[in-house]
Amino acid sequence: MAGSIITITLRNILGGAVLAALLIFSIGTAAAVAMRGQGLGVLGVADWSAVRFTLWQACLSAGLSVGIAIPVSRALARQSFIGRQTLITLLGAPFILPVIVGVLGLLAVFGRAGWISGMLTWAGFAKLSIYGAPGVILAHVFFNLPLATRFLLQGWGSVPTERFRVAHSLAASPWAYFRLIEWPVLRSVIPGAFLLVFLLCLTSFAVALAVGGGPKGTTIELAIYQAFRLDFDLGKAASLAVVQFSLCGGLAILAFLVPLPQTDGLGLDRLPQRLDASAHRAADAFWIAIAAAFLIFPLGAIFLRGVGYIPDLPHQVIAASLTSILIALTSTLVCITMALSLALAFARRGKLARSLAEGIGVLGLATSPLVVGTGLFLIIFPYAHPMTFAVPITASVNAMMALPFALRVLMPAVRDTYADYLQLRSSLNITRWVWLSWIVLPRLRRPLGFAAGLAVALSMGDLGVIALFADPDLQTLPLMLYRLMGAYQMDQAAAVAVVLVIQSLALFWIFDRGGQGYVRSK
Amino acid sequence: MRITSLFAGLFLATTAVAETPVLTIYTYDSFVSDWGPGPAVEAAFEATCGCDLQMVGTGDGAALLARLKLEGSRTDADIVMGLDTNLTAAAADTGLFDPTSVTANYAVPGGWDDPLFVPFDWGYFAFVQNVGLQSPKNFRALADSDLKIVIQDPRSSTPGLGLLMWVKAAYGNDAADIWADLSDNIVTVTAGWSEAYGMFLEGEADMVLSYTTSPAYHTIAEGDASKSFAVFDEGHYMQIEVAGKLASSDQSALADQFLQFMVSDTFQSIIPTTNWMFPAVTPAAGLPEKFPKALSAAQSLIFSPREAADLRNVALAEWQAVLSQ
Repeated sequence: MAGSIITITLRNILGGAVLAALLIFSIGTAAAVAMRGQGLGVLGVADWSAVRFTLWQACLSAGLSVGIAIPVSRALARQSFIGRQTLITLLGAPFILPVIVGVLGLLAVFGRAGWISGMLTWAGFAKLSIYGAPGVILAHVFFNLPLATRFLLQGWGSVPTERFRVAHSLAASPWAYFRLIEWPVLRSVIPGAFLLVFLLCLTSFAVALAVGGGPKGTTIELAIYQAFRLDFDLGKAASLAVVQFSLCGGLAILAFLVPLPQTDGLGLDRLPQRLDASAHRAADAFWIAIAAAFLIFPLGAIFLRGVGYIPDLPHQVIAASLTSILIALTSTLVCITMALSLALAFARRGKLARSLAEGIGVLGLATSPLVVGTGLFLIIFPYAHPMTFAVPITASVNAMMALPFALRVLMPAVRDTYADYLQLRSSLNITRWVWLSWIVLPRLRRPLGFAAGLAVALSMGDLGVIALFADPDLQTLPLMLYRLMGAYQMDQAAAVAVVLVIQSLALFWIFDRGGQGYVRSK
Repeated sequence: MRITSLFAGLFLATTAVAETPVLTIYTYDSFVSDWGPGPAVEAAFEATCGCDLQMVGTGDGAALLARLKLEGSRTDADIVMGLDTNLTAAAADTGLFDPTSVTANYAVPGGWDDPLFVPFDWGYFAFVQNVGLQSPKNFRALADSDLKIVIQDPRSSTPGLGLLMWVKAAYGNDAADIWADLSDNIVTVTAGWSEAYGMFLEGEADMVLSYTTSPAYHTIAEGDASKSFAVFDEGHYMQIEVAGKLASSDQSALADQFLQFMVSDTFQSIIPTTNWMFPAVTPAAGLPEKFPKALSAAQSLIFSPREAADLRNVALAEWQAVLSQ
């Protein structure tokens, strides 16, 4: 089969190119920072306390996010009710919500002036104070619980309906049910989901910036930012970047050992119909209500505040929207191309090669956007004005930051498709075109849609890199929001937040929905 | 016809921009926002200079200095506007600034005499609160109270650094004790002034570190008299915001022209109701009616730039040590 040799070679080249680009982006830029800083700086007591805080809050945040996601996702997978699909789409919202917007929403509910504090005061209790560790963890759970839920939902969706039918007709005990059907799913999805949320919380920056409450709630990423932007201590920033890198790199290596979500056997390609739904209705309703309230109230608070002021927004909101959308679409194209290249290149290799690809994808997550941004700034500056490249740089850094998610979503799907249908291809001698267009891509459509939705929305809400390259003539919506807040224009800031959220959600919805078309039409 | 002239106008404008010199100013974000002084300043200067004035917002005052150090002599900036006297010694030490020959009849308390930097506005730090709240009379009273405050990080924000200097100026070697007593009053430490003020407006705290002139924004711009500031009997630390010309500038003469414009009546009349600070040179028309009055010399605290630079690291270490516990 000459054709397949060419295919493999092409895939090797593409996959290799993506890996090389990633290495340059992550390690290359960190090296540029270290060189400019003339080596590594000494870390003080405050820096080490930031390292400790980062680790324990990430552990707790990931544990809570995944732990709560288990009953919530099971309830969503088991029950069918009006608005279920809307709620699942909405689950994508906090993760893709611009962090500063989400924090404003959380404060409206959980802050000292928030609804819950209001009720507590009325009942004679003290107000809540969420600054510091509680706020960081609350915000991390708010942003990551929905992500974990969606990953677990995918896991539940991978169980063939036949198994539920068999279990039901055999009247399996709850324990047997859990041990034989649910536990294998959880075991295959939870480690990956936990690792992912842990990494997200490890490199999270804006949450600690907003609700960390000062020196006692400082994460490594925030300390890196402070060393760069405030002290201009590149040596210390480089040292902190090395610590961050080692932690995340260690976790990336751990990703080798973590089993990926698996399916075995050829189940039908659709969401399982659960015959045991009615038995669990009350408990499931509880979990769905809790999760929905946790998501909807903060988002609703922002919406109520800002929606009335949208007509008053200055015309710059249009240019800022277009810039944001341009960056987001470019970033999505780059991200999905990279993720698909990696996924296809490693789909048929051994476990080690696949884990390598995925580990390097995780490296993207382990890399601090601020280190990358500053590294690129330093690399470009001697030759050209870095601001000229603000759009492509922001788009590519955003693409790299979204890559681990896209890869997480695509990799298992590509591998399953190859595992399930490759023998079919060989035995029927299917051509590459038919193979890709009739078998691979239709099966990837749903994960591709979800991955692209994540990438586009993550880029829409990003404030990190663009702020480093900020220019008065070039602003994205999050930057505009930030500037409005800096000018006492709180109502307009809330309005921009609404505009931003609507655009992010719309783009996410278009991609995610586009991916579901195949499944629905079946 | 109109469309033709519109196109002709666009074409001419493009050509004109391509040939006019560009003056680049790095400043803080809120200065260049649509509600800050930026747009009016740009229009007024471009009307006379025959140039293209580009103001780039790069964060807060401390971020400005870090940005400058990052770019070094290759920077595009001709002028940096928005450092304060707590940072000018460190800025001067970079060797990136050129002396200027700007002169003006400064209204800055204590006068002004600095070869490198030109002041454009000034103010007093103060804790802003809602009218009706029982104001503490000093830091000790604030620390003993149950009042919740929001402050800014001295590493990122000039008000945050100003507060560090304020406590140091008022309490000297006891500053660390004051911070230890204050720590349970601090709701949060934000990176910049804007987040802190936003949180205060949202009711997240009883008081916020800002300026004595901040309540004037609410009275004059919003017709809302509900905000005031707490008068502290140990005095209020001052902030003098300055601009300087970079030695690497390829528009040196134009930069001098801007700095002279900066202390002119046109520029200075824009400041009070857009930047909500005292103008460095009192405009001919005076200050707006409801603008607050300057404090007496006895109530004004300030370190010289050199003293502030020498104190910064010690004060910062104390602050970090106390608040990270």
